[in-house]
Amino acid sequence: MELIPMEYYLVVSSIMFFAGIYGFITRKNLIAVLISVELVLTSTDINFAVFNRFLFPGHLEGMFFTLFSIGISAAETAVAIAIIINIYRNIKNVEVRNLKKLKD
Amino acid sequence: MEYTLFILILPLIGFLSLGLLGTRLKGKTAGYVGTALLAATAILAYITAWQYFSTPGVDGIRPTLIPLNWEWMRFTEHLHIDLGILLDPISVMMLVVISTVSLMVHIYSLGYMEGEKGFQRYYAFLGLFTFSMCGLVVATNIFQMYIFWELVGVSSYLLIGFYYTKPEAVAASKKAFIVTRFADMFFLIGILLLSYFTKTFDFGLLCSGEENLFASAAGKTFMGGAVLSWAMALIFIGAAGKSAMFPLHIWLPDAMEGPTPVSALIHAATMVVAGVYLVARLFPVYYFFTPEVLHGIAYVAAFTALYAAIVACVQTDIKRVLAFSTISQIGFMLVALGVSGMGTVEANGLESHEGLGYMASMFHLFTHAMFKALLFMGAGAIIHTVHSNEMSRMGGLRKQMPITHITFLVACLAIAGIPPFSGFFSKDEILTATFMFKPWLGVTMTFIAALTAFYMFRLYYNIFWGKPAQHDHPLHEAPSSMTSPLVFLALVTVVAGFIPFGKFVSSTGAAYIIHLDWKVALTSVIIALVSIFIAWKLYCKGSSKVPDKVAGFFGPLYTAAKHRFYIDEVYQFITHKIIFRCISQPLAWFDRHVIDGILNGIAWITCRGSLAFRWMQTGQLQSYALLLLCGCLLLLCIGLFR
Repeated sequence: MELIPMEYYLVVSSIMFFAGIYGFITRKNLIAVLISVELVLTSTDINFAVFNRFLFPGHLEGMFFTLFSIGISAAETAVAIAIIINIYRNIKNVEVRNLKKLKD
Repeated sequence: MEYTLFILILPLIGFLSLGLLGTRLKGKTAGYVGTALLAATAILAYITAWQYFSTPGVDGIRPTLIPLNWEWMRFTEHLHIDLGILLDPISVMMLVVISTVSLMVHIYSLGYMEGEKGFQRYYAFLGLFTFSMCGLVVATNIFQMYIFWELVGVSSYLLIGFYYTKPEAVAASKKAFIVTRFADMFFLIGILLLSYFTKTFDFGLLCSGEENLFASAAGKTFMGGAVLSWAMALIFIGAAGKSAMFPLHIWLPDAMEGPTPVSALIHAATMVVAGVYLVARLFPVYYFFTPEVLHGIAYVAAFTALYAAIVACVQTDIKRVLAFSTISQIGFMLVALGVSGMGTVEANGLESHEGLGYMASMFHLFTHAMFKALLFMGAGAIIHTVHSNEMSRMGGLRKQMPITHITFLVACLAIAGIPPFSGFFSKDEILTATFMFKPWLGVTMTFIAALTAFYMFRLYYNIFWGKPAQHDHPLHEAPSSMTSPLVFLALVTVVAGFIPFGKFVSSTGAAYIIHLDWKVALTSVIIALVSIFIAWKLYCKGSSKVPDKVAGFFGPLYTAAKHRFYIDEVYQFITHKIIFRCISQPLAWFDRHVIDGILNGIAWITCRGSLAFRWMQTGQLQSYALLLLCGCLLLLCIGLFR
């Protein structure tokens, strides 16, 4: 079986990464911002797996780190969702432009 | 003789205990505590004197004892500040004078200050003063002396301003403090200069006459004067400030705003002679290494004596008269020191004639302390009864106040130099010493002595004779707590002249036999009697028109003397018109506009700068993230394309 070259994976992950950053900066909805953050995290997970697979084939640290990172991001998502729910309770919407408390 | 330490500790205990706990003591208890402690101090001082003077020295020369010495601060191997006790003839003599006068003032104040607000505070301050003054005279080194020198300055300040609700007293205390501090600044510079070249503060080393000690200062000059002369002259300026020498005398007459017993203790008998004591302490240095400064001291002191005597003749406030008289008499002491030579020990173990001035100065210091304290206390008794300082409110008091009258008369006779009272002997020695130095100076001093007799008897006749003033309350003699110190001091004044003082104190430590120079003595006595006669003629009746005529005859001189020759006005002009306006105000402008302006400018720039960056703080999380990203990319670019 012909292996897909490593660069292809990296291109996909880069696109995901910058799409995530773009989304983080531009999206108006907090849920969408959270999804963008997840995109960024997932792209790094792909990188971990790819580098482990291609550069250090005998080892498994990268794979385990990926699993670990997925677990962490799941927890982080839970926390973020909780925060967003609280924000919704306070200001009755989840629009980012309404969150200006940092300025005060 | 380690017990001499208690001469210092007991008054200090008095100060601390009365100062901290005094307000809990009822009535006169605080006074009794202070007086008891001072009595113990005085007894210790007498024991010290007895033991010191009864111990025969080596070859008849009195030794310098240092019973205690602690090293306090060490700067270099040679330069260190010690605290200790030094006993030699003059310091022991001063201990006796201080403790005696202080004890008398303590007893006297029991009556004089009775019922005053702050009675405990008063006794606490007296304790502080006695402590610091004793510390000053037993200092082993010049720095210790400087420390206690400042302490007496502080206690003088506190006591002058004792009636702190009276604006004049507050102003007087401030003036005294500032003027003496100003002089002490020169004193400190002098000490530093001297110790820089000699590498020591120690009196024993400085006065040993060691040539090597001063070798490093040899040949060095500053503005045409040898460095050593400058140092000694600066030290003398410090002494002049404390001893109220012209032109630094201006604080002493104003210091009379304090309670009268304080004037007797501090501004007549003890603190103001600290300057004389300092010059006497450093006398070998002055004499051997800077004789020109010593002669300068004599001239300054003679001028001061003349000036103060003239001013004293026309003052109407009795305490002011006594204050100027004090200045004049301190002038006498310093003249005697200035014209003195260093005696040599002759074959028969006695001291030669050259050291006469030194002995005379110390003798006069001793007798003057007693009779001037007596005069002030007598004046205090009168003020206590009359409730005024003005001569015109007195007159004919001899009937109402017999004890005060007699003791005051004794003191007046003593200061006028009438035998057999103590002042005659000491003043005669001073006059003899000045005649030995320069005859014209002797003539001047004799003239000043005549003026002294005149103004003292002008005071005496105006108070006790003359026309009685009208009073709406009956005049009475002072209580016995006030008259007993008067009687004691009067007795001392009568007998002190017969003390063979030269046997105890002399420039070398060997015994000096006092000879009366009959020519000088007779002249001065006759002149004094003539002056007293003139004073009697002018003031005894009280209704004579002659004084006014005499005043009119002298015209401008009389007016000028009445205004103390406008020295205070000159100071006022110099400080307010010249220093404040030409130096202080530009400095204040510089401070307000340039120094403050720089700081305000920095704050303004920061403020403007932050306003310029304000738009970045949107409060939007996403814009922060964008900026963060831009920053990261920028750093990345820098890292890649560097």
